[in-house]
Formats: sequence, structure tokens, C-alpha cells
Amino acid sequence: MSDTIAGIIDEKGKVRSGAVVPEIGRDDLIRLYRAMLLNRRVDERMLTLQRQGRISFYVGAAGEEGAIIGSAFAMQDKDWLIPCYREAGAAFLRGYSLTDFTNQLFGNSEDKIRGKQMPCHWASRELRLASVSSPVGSQIPHANGFGLAAKFTGRKEVALVYFGDGATSEGDFHVACNIAGVYKAPVVFFCRNNQWAISVPVEVQTASETFAIKAKAYGIEGVQVDGNDVLAVFQVTAEAAERARKGEGATLIEAITYRQGAHTSSDDPRAYRSEDEVAVWKKKDPIDRFRLFLVDQGHWSAGQDKKLEGELNEEIQTAVRAAEKLGPPDIKTVFEDVFEEMPWHLREQLDELNETLDSEVE
Amino acid sequence: MPVMNIIQAVNDALRTEMRRDDTVVVFGEDVGKFGGVFRATQGLQEEFGSERVFDTPLAEAGIVGMAIGMSQNGLRPVPEIQFADFIYPAIDQLVNEASKMRYRSGGQLTCPFVIRTPYGGGIRGGHYHSQSPEAYLIHTPGIKVVVPSNPSDAKGLLISSIRDEDPVIFMEPKRLYRAARGEVAEGDYSVALGEAALVREGGDITIIAYGAMIPTVLDAAEKAAAVDGIDSDVLDLRTLMPYDIAAVLESVEKTGRAVIVHEAPRTCGFGAELAATISEKALLSLNSPVLRVTGFDTPFPYTLESEYLPNERRIRKAMRDSMSF
Repeated sequence: MSDTIAGIIDEKGKVRSGAVVPEIGRDDLIRLYRAMLLNRRVDERMLTLQRQGRISFYVGAAGEEGAIIGSAFAMQDKDWLIPCYREAGAAFLRGYSLTDFTNQLFGNSEDKIRGKQMPCHWASRELRLASVSSPVGSQIPHANGFGLAAKFTGRKEVALVYFGDGATSEGDFHVACNIAGVYKAPVVFFCRNNQWAISVPVEVQTASETFAIKAKAYGIEGVQVDGNDVLAVFQVTAEAAERARKGEGATLIEAITYRQGAHTSSDDPRAYRSEDEVAVWKKKDPIDRFRLFLVDQGHWSAGQDKKLEGELNEEIQTAVRAAEKLGPPDIKTVFEDVFEEMPWHLREQLDELNETLDSEVE
Repeated sequence: MPVMNIIQAVNDALRTEMRRDDTVVVFGEDVGKFGGVFRATQGLQEEFGSERVFDTPLAEAGIVGMAIGMSQNGLRPVPEIQFADFIYPAIDQLVNEASKMRYRSGGQLTCPFVIRTPYGGGIRGGHYHSQSPEAYLIHTPGIKVVVPSNPSDAKGLLISSIRDEDPVIFMEPKRLYRAARGEVAEGDYSVALGEAALVREGGDITIIAYGAMIPTVLDAAEKAAAVDGIDSDVLDLRTLMPYDIAAVLESVEKTGRAVIVHEAPRTCGFGAELAATISEKALLSLNSPVLRVTGFDTPFPYTLESEYLPNERRIRKAMRDSMSF
């Protein structure tokens, strides 16, 4: 561990020498652990559903739960989280229900986004979770808008935006960091450096020594953190959010982590990276080490873990069974939500589709 | 009523809305202290302060991206893109983000903002200060496109655009910025989006146009009436998405002939959409093919721009061709 990379617990779940464990009560520690484990188990189950052909697509986060959930835990409920597409765990921590999540995967009649997007492209206005889109990095400039809107109206909100190492190569990353620097925007730029952008490794994304160091050129703070250490991620994100809330500007956090699984269900990483590399990172797994920490601290036991696993399994099963039973949204939803009111040409196209569906043309 | 040009009318609309609604914010390149390269935002920073009217770094994707975030978090941004030719760095933000936000969130999240941008040729601006990119934008579901042709509409349509709940691209005819003058209502004044204006009435032929082409079309129509004996309806569409199909059909069904005029290139231009729709809905009313007088399918030329732009001669020629078909 480099001394410039923030870390609190080591790979065996022990507190690193000289590190100070943030003051988080037992209930919250367990809440963090539960969200991480839920994220992992949901991913496993849904990837299976995808392979069985029951859902079309899935994006998992295995290995990155510490970065995703530790950072979300550092934010207040009034703060917007602007996701990339791998942050379901952050949504779960916010209170996004497994029912809503699963309905979205199936794009069914109860899907809150009404069957409009691929699986894992959720949104929740009431939970201040911005909408997921697939283009890489395009969400980053939005964070300045969310943050500055709050600043200009006297609300002490901070916007946290997630993206991967690949997104830092996009112009939108540069544009957003530059603007945030100029206005001291209340924003946290959270880069999950998971080492791979589909098949392209970090050394093909940048010749920069680190991603965090790029912050310097924008006049914002830049920090590296062990992304598989949920407490360290919480700590650096909380500090960044505090600076932003006090009007001291934005921070670029580089969470060093690893995508243990495929980029998405459409990818096969065996084609471009070694099993040995994966094995090395699995030893640094964020959930395993946090469990060891909790047990070490006397907060958790094998028995409790077994019980929790049972609960999560039951919860996931229930959500999947219910979601799978529901049919698709009504045909008219295809034409709704384009504009606030449906203009004449969309009404005509809806009528045309209905006429075709009602016609005898096979 | 005071007489204004389009710049003054835009400024008046912004001022009126900013006084009425303190969530309206204006930003872009040079719009703050300087008041915009065309001076449309002059004096706004003095009145409303630098948190509501501010200069941005030179980054169109950042400007539009910021508007997307702000509009989802309680503000009504009215950013300026200095020339429509420079909107392309922000096209991903418009096409993949803003336009789809309502749809992709199932109606939970919306982007009520207005991008003001000067468009069109005739100012000796060459490729990069002359383009008319409306077709790209109209082709993107979820964006409204509004194009005023005179000061009164510029004010009324801009106010309606700011109050609209969907993202609006407000294309200002820069050639007419100071050339078009007219009476403009004081204070709160709006013109509904989606409604065309019949700006000249005649029974022989319908000319459909918008924005900077309107004065040219009106001149051509007067000359055609005087010289060629052709008396035309001239329809100013004002809103291109969603456009006023009822007004188009009412006029075309009356005259049986239509000429569409726009500055943008012809192929897949908005005229193609209008011509197709007229043929689908009013074929039996037509006495001649729907004709288009447009910019050519070339980059916008510099020296010969007045040959590229639809002018009085080209419009009159098309009217005659239509009448003699």
C-alpha cells in the first residue's frame, strides 16, 4: 500500500497501523455490510437470469461494492447521486427497493421507468438518483448543474457523480472538471478505477501517473483511495463532501479497485485478461475483508452471516418471482414521456400502431 | 407599444422572465459582463447579479451538460450557444441526454431549459457562422425547436419556451437581429408554441417558411403578386417541433400548391418532412408537386452566399413552376 493511497483496513480485515477508524455505529456498519452483500448476491442471481434468457442484459459490480457503497454512505439524502451504470449498490443503500430494481430489469408494467431502457438503467427522482445512460462520461458535466443549482438557491447540497477509468478519456470528463474548478462547484467526482474499460487496460487510457493527479490541472482536489476498503472510501468521500458543502470546491476521488466480473453480461473477460490477475484481486475482495473486520471488532458472527444470506436470498427470490409474473407496459407508453404533452404527430403514430395491431395484416 | 429589434426583444423577454421567476438563469460564452457577442444579454448581469447571469468556460458540452443538471434540480436555465454552428460539441448532451431524460426516467426527471442560439447565413460568416442545424434537432425526439422571424414573436415565443417543461432550442435569425424591427408588447407577453402564423393571405399558392426566410419570402410574394399575378398565402411556422400541421393543411387544401423555403441544405431538410406529410394528408388537394427552395447540399459558401441562400428570384421561379405545372 502506497502511503499516498488512503486506506484503513487491510486485506485481512485488520486496522492498518496508524489508521483511524471513522466513527460509525454498529447498526450503520451492518447496514453497509448488508448493502454490499445484497449487491453481490443480486448480481449473481441476475447474471444467472440473464444466462437463462429471462432478462436480456445485466451489469454487475462484483469487486467494486466497497467503492460504490462506501461513497454513497458518505453522502446525505438531499445530495444527488449521478450514476454511471454500475452503482445499483448505491441505490440500494439509498433505499431503492429490490422490487423496483427487479421490475426495471424485466421492463414490466410496474417498472418505474415504464420499460423505456435496458436493464440496470434505473432512476429515482424521490431518492435523488439521477437517470442512468449508456454513453460513457456524458453524466459527468451534469454534476456541475446539480451542484450549482443548489449553490445558487442557497441549498447546501453536494452532487456526487460516478464514472469509470475509461470515462476519464472522454472530453466530458475534462469539460466537467474544468468547469467545477472555475466555479468551486459543490461536486464530488468519483472515479472507480477498476483497471479495465471492457478489454482496454488503464495504461491504454492514460499515460498519467495516476487518475487523481489530473485534478491538479483543474484546480480541484485529487485523492487516491483503496477502493476495496469501504471505510477508507467512506472517509475520503465524507471529507470531499464536507469541503464541497463548505464552498471549498470539488474533489476528484480515484478509488482503486477491480472489476472481478465481466464488463456486462455481453462480455467475456477470459479473452483479454488472465485468471491469475483476477485471483490476485479476489484476495483483496471488499466484502470479505469488511466481514473479517466486523468479526474482528466483535460486531458480527458466522451465524449472523448465515442468517443474513438466507434473508437476502429470500428477498431476491420474492422480487424476481413477482417481477417475472407481470406483463409489459401498455403500448401507449412507447409514445408517452417524450414530451410533457403528446403532440399531434405522436398521437397519430400511436393510432397508426394500434390500427396495425388491430388489423388483419399478419 | 415600443418598437424593438430582435436583439432588444430577446433581451426584454429574458428580463421579463428573470423578474417574474428567480429560478431563471442565463449563462454561456461572453454573455455576462460583455452581454453577448450580439449583445442579447446586455445589462442582465447588472440587474440580476453574477449568480444568475454568468460567463462560462469555452465548452459547449459543459454548458449544455450544466443546463441538464440544473434543470433537474430546480432551475430554469437559458444558456446561449454563441453560434448554432458551435452546438455540435454539445450534440451528445442534447441527443443522448437532454432529449431522452423525461423518456428514460419514465417521466420522473425533466430538463426544462432553453438553448438560445443565433443561426443562419447572410452575414458573410462562411461555414462556421452561417449554418442552420434545425433538421438534426427536429430529428431528435424530445426536443422542441422554435424559430422566430420578428421581434414580437421573438419575445412571445422565448417567454413560452422558458415556461415550457421540455428542452427547447430557440434558433434566432441572426441576419434579422437588427434588421427586423416592430412593435413589441411590454411586460408579460407570450406566443403559444406549436402555432403557425399566416402572415400573408392569397389564394393561389402556399409558401411555407420560418425564421430569417420570412422577409425574403414576403418580398418575393409581393413581387410575384405585382409582376407575375400570383397571390400567395405565406405561412410562418414559428415552431418546427411540434409544427402546426392544421395550419399547413388548411392553407394547402385551399390553394392546392405549396413551396417550402428554408436555408438549410435540401436533402433530409425540414422541407422534406413537410413535403412528405403534405403528400400523405392532402394529395388529392394538390394541383402540382410540392417544391422546395433551400440551401444547396453543399457546405455553406463564403463569397457566393447570396446565391446559396434562397432569394427572391429563386422563390419566384419556384412559384411560377408550381403555377404552370
